[in-house]
Amino acid sequence: MSLLVAEGLGYQVGGRTLVQGVSLTLEAGEVLALLGPNGAGKTTLLRLLAGEERPSAGRIELLGRALEGYGALELALTRSVLTQQRELSFPFTAYEVAFLGRMPHLQQRPEGPVDHARTERALGEAQALSLAARLYPTLSGGEQGRVDLARVLAQEPRLLLLDEPTNHLDPKHQVEVLALCRRLAEGGWGVVMVLHELNLASLFADRILLLHQGRMVALGRPAEVLCPKRLEAVYGLPFALAPHPSGRPWVMPLVQSSYPVPSL
Amino acid sequence: MSSFNLYRSSRYRRALFALSLALPASLLLAAGVGAYLIPPLEIPRVLWEKADQAYAVLVSIRFPRVLLAALVGAMLALAGAVLQGLFRNPLADPGLIGVTSGAGLGAAIFIVLVPGAGPLQVFALPVMAFVGGLLATFGVWRLASNGGRVQVLTLLLAGIALNAAAGALIGLLISRASDEQLRSLTFWTLGGFGGATWITLLAMVPTGLLAFWGLLRLAQPLNALVLGEREAFHLGVHLEPFKRQAVALSALAVGTAVAAAGGVGFIGLVAPHLFRLLAGPDHRYLLAGAALLGASLSVLADLVARTVVAPAELPVGVVTSLLGAPFFIWLLLRYKREVAR
Repeated sequence: MSLLVAEGLGYQVGGRTLVQGVSLTLEAGEVLALLGPNGAGKTTLLRLLAGEERPSAGRIELLGRALEGYGALELALTRSVLTQQRELSFPFTAYEVAFLGRMPHLQQRPEGPVDHARTERALGEAQALSLAARLYPTLSGGEQGRVDLARVLAQEPRLLLLDEPTNHLDPKHQVEVLALCRRLAEGGWGVVMVLHELNLASLFADRILLLHQGRMVALGRPAEVLCPKRLEAVYGLPFALAPHPSGRPWVMPLVQSSYPVPSL
Repeated sequence: MSSFNLYRSSRYRRALFALSLALPASLLLAAGVGAYLIPPLEIPRVLWEKADQAYAVLVSIRFPRVLLAALVGAMLALAGAVLQGLFRNPLADPGLIGVTSGAGLGAAIFIVLVPGAGPLQVFALPVMAFVGGLLATFGVWRLASNGGRVQVLTLLLAGIALNAAAGALIGLLISRASDEQLRSLTFWTLGGFGGATWITLLAMVPTGLLAFWGLLRLAQPLNALVLGEREAFHLGVHLEPFKRQAVALSALAVGTAVAAAGGVGFIGLVAPHLFRLLAGPDHRYLLAGAALLGASLSVLADLVARTVVAPAELPVGVVTSLLGAPFFIWLLLRYKREVAR
């Protein structure tokens, strides 16, 4: 049974079509990256998969059951979602924020040592353990992102939906977060993440879904999806392809003479 | 490696423990001090011996009054804490955002338009005040929220608008009121615990208990809401029923408090903030802590109100506003700095 199946997804709001005809399947153990230019519908697609918005067309199945049949709590025990919202209305500590990930579990039983152990492990995995005692609003954007990631991990879902998990992170933390996603997938979780960085997607994703104006342009392994012609059609910028030492494709925008660049 | 966590939760527990000692202490102090002084430490002995005059003063005057003050303070503080969490805004207060005046209007309509309710009045008032408070809370919610986000500016402006409208309507009712109704109404707009009897207390019990029980259960979803509405949904909060419950139960708490004591301002703002400063913002502790703190503050404010200009009495709303308004200004200044940052 697939972890997540979406078929013919469409979403319209106020007469505008944000997503149209998207189909995908995610197996446990897989990392899927959603790529595309700004406004391509990546975040909207993620919100549909999260059960936050109902698609206006198509259907979604989570673990073989229709997504709309899930209650909010049941969903929270199955999937967790990292959004880009980093505003907190009250000064919780980073630990308290991460601990909120345990909430769905605490709806059914009282808090126990296991909840704190899981929270600490999640903070450690997200490289945020040293921030635990600090007040969340005083953290930098990247640090807040890591604490939120810890919260999402502490929720212990089967499916992780991440909206730009590498946003505001330095290169080392970007790589570590994505490597963590890989490890979690190898442990049996499924990961769907919105990324902007094509090469990080190439390095860490099993498959890539490329979106353009709400439609699916390509879905497949990085080597199949990241071809310069297709990228140029989608991003409106020529790309060059080079081999990365890992053997995965490595793409770079080509700068034309019409762009001002410093001379060598 | 769990020291930081233990540190913070023990801080919460210590604060709750201290507050649960402070409340009985302030109750005893307030029950003893007044025009007829009974040393607080003598109170158990007086109760035991049923010594005539002191006993009568305690049982028929002081106890109903301090208990009423405590209950009203606890309910306003609890409602304030929940409204601040619900609006995701630390400046929400039942009085400032118009819930109190809505409840006051509901009760005023009842006093003036349903004359001769007689002994039923004391039981019907909480219900009418609840309806008024509920409508006001829904109104302010609709006015101030925009796609799930509540802007401080629109929130406070909506509060001003509601306060003005309710004030005008109460004024209109006053012009139609008989002398007796007028006395009833005046007592309300000022707010106070002077009219406390065991009957007043009894009338608060059903709605008050329901509000307490319901509001305290909202701690977990309120914590999740700190992150935002979507994030709360991702954490398993069924948003719409939760928000409806929070609005209705806060209105019920404020309505009950207002029906019994009129508008006592600022406790709903100050008590949750003091608890956050003392311990932290976790709603699982904050709700109970704010209620305890609000009860003590209200009892002590009433003590000041009836002793400081003795033999006359200040309306307790004057005392809470004298203390609360500067606190609010301080909060505004802090908030301004944070936004400017």
